[in-house]
Amino acid sequence: MAEAVLRIQNLTKNFGGLRVTDGVTLDVMPGELHAVIGPNGAGKTTLINQISGLLAPDAGTILFAGEDVTTMPVAGRAQRGLARSFQITSILPRFSVLENVALAVQARRGTSFRFFGHAADEEELNAPAMAALAQVGLAERADAPAGELSHGEKRALELAIALAMEPKLLLLDEPMAGTGHDESERLVAVLRSLKGRFPMVLVEHDMTAVFALADRISVLIYGRILASGPPAQVRADPQVVTAYLGEEME
Amino acid sequence: MAEAALSATEAKTRRSLISGNALPIAIFLLFALVPLFAAFRAEAYVLSLVTRVMIFAIAALALDLLIGYGALVSFGHAAFIGLGAYAIGILASHGINDALISLPAALALSGLFALATGIVCLRTKGVYFIMITLAFGQMAYFTASSLAPYGGDDGLTVRMRSTFAGLPVFANDRALYYICLLALLGAYLLCRTLVASRFGRVYRGARENPLRMGTIGFDVYRFQLVAYVISGMLGGLSGFLLANAAEFVSPAYMSWQRSGELLIMVIFGGIGTLNGAIIGAAAFLLTEEWLSGITEHWKVIFGPLLVVVALFARGGLIGVAERLRRMVRG
Repeated sequence: MAEAVLRIQNLTKNFGGLRVTDGVTLDVMPGELHAVIGPNGAGKTTLINQISGLLAPDAGTILFAGEDVTTMPVAGRAQRGLARSFQITSILPRFSVLENVALAVQARRGTSFRFFGHAADEEELNAPAMAALAQVGLAERADAPAGELSHGEKRALELAIALAMEPKLLLLDEPMAGTGHDESERLVAVLRSLKGRFPMVLVEHDMTAVFALADRISVLIYGRILASGPPAQVRADPQVVTAYLGEEME
Repeated sequence: MAEAALSATEAKTRRSLISGNALPIAIFLLFALVPLFAAFRAEAYVLSLVTRVMIFAIAALALDLLIGYGALVSFGHAAFIGLGAYAIGILASHGINDALISLPAALALSGLFALATGIVCLRTKGVYFIMITLAFGQMAYFTASSLAPYGGDDGLTVRMRSTFAGLPVFANDRALYYICLLALLGAYLLCRTLVASRFGRVYRGARENPLRMGTIGFDVYRFQLVAYVISGMLGGLSGFLLANAAEFVSPAYMSWQRSGELLIMVIFGGIGTLNGAIIGAAAFLLTEEWLSGITEHWKVIFGPLLVVVALFARGGLIGVAERLRRMVRG
């Protein structure tokens, strides 16, 4: 059996008296798209934040590419290939679209303690950045200030930034959040093109997208994994239907 | 549609004033030509005044590097000027006058102070950063005031200007003027190169969105610390020149009022433009000089003037020039 890219064991996190992550155990195999679904407040973003390092768990371990990263700072995990997108768009609004992505390339190529030379003109950084933009369909907007993009384009930019990091794992926190019908269809197409090339953890509310894309689905309710398995099995699980899917499917 | 086109041209003209070359070339040509005009009238007075402008412009550049590009509002930046100046004063009082020793000493002292304080300050954000830099600045001020062997509160006269490899190159006012001009040009080019470099791009990114920078793999604290040390050393360079120009060193160089004046210079000129820092330093010191020649209660005029600038000249003098230019062009 192949080694899991991400292995989370008994992860637990409390906010005061509230247990928001309750003994979560979950893994992501190479090339696998593992979706995490659940109602609002189930602790999906809290889980993603612990995996990417923005929050420290109270108990449990996180193994990434065979290494224990439970207490490693955010930047260290990113350098090891853990890339994430945010539910609420997080970009550099006054930088150009290209520079947003080129910075992610720069983080992986050579030292950034280089004080001379015009970074914005470095072909070594711009070429891979353009390639990442082309993958999400933003190549034509490369020179626009990122703050001026439409909401859907900003969501695509988040993806391009994550791709430019040459990730070993993509953590996607509601990549379709707030997008219109057409935009979300375009993003689903992009995700489909990435499927298999990168292992992914996908948190998403759009059930059509989740069931179309996921290899495995874990259902999170009140911080606890209620069920985990292939889409067909999860869809048929009576517990899941009562607790969550019933309302979503109508 | 028309709005989009307008904002595109806006972005272009903005680029031309901020990163274009016309304005800085004009500024430095003007500085270079001042001594020629000064030869006709009150030479010593004009030279010493404009020398002062250039010295404080270096410190203002250093501060703009922090505020304008890193959103790090330092309220203790005068401390670095004072440290650079005291390095010269103290060495001179022991008979060491050569810039080959005293300049590296000034840079090392201000750089080390920046490193030691930056490690602490940069762990805080916003108002707390302002407060803690102010606290460190005051610490340096009171330390200097208590240096009894070196004049304490009264300060210390520098009996002889620095030499360079034994040559009295700083002795002549005109030579000192051009040395300051060269130092300012060097500081300006250094800052411009820095902010455009790989390092500068990460540093600027940390101002925009530190969370995003962390999640793509940059430990922004390290970048901010390096920028803080560079800025502190530029402050030290300014202090080195100030001690030579004034032939006097005093704790007042480090007072929080001085730090406030530096902030005013940068904001007055327009933050995040570098050109603005130089223009702001010139505008501040020349206005101060002009008003204090009219009345000894010049602060009564100067205070409201600053309020007016803060209220109506968003983007500082550079911002005003920008808007005028757009109006002229229709």
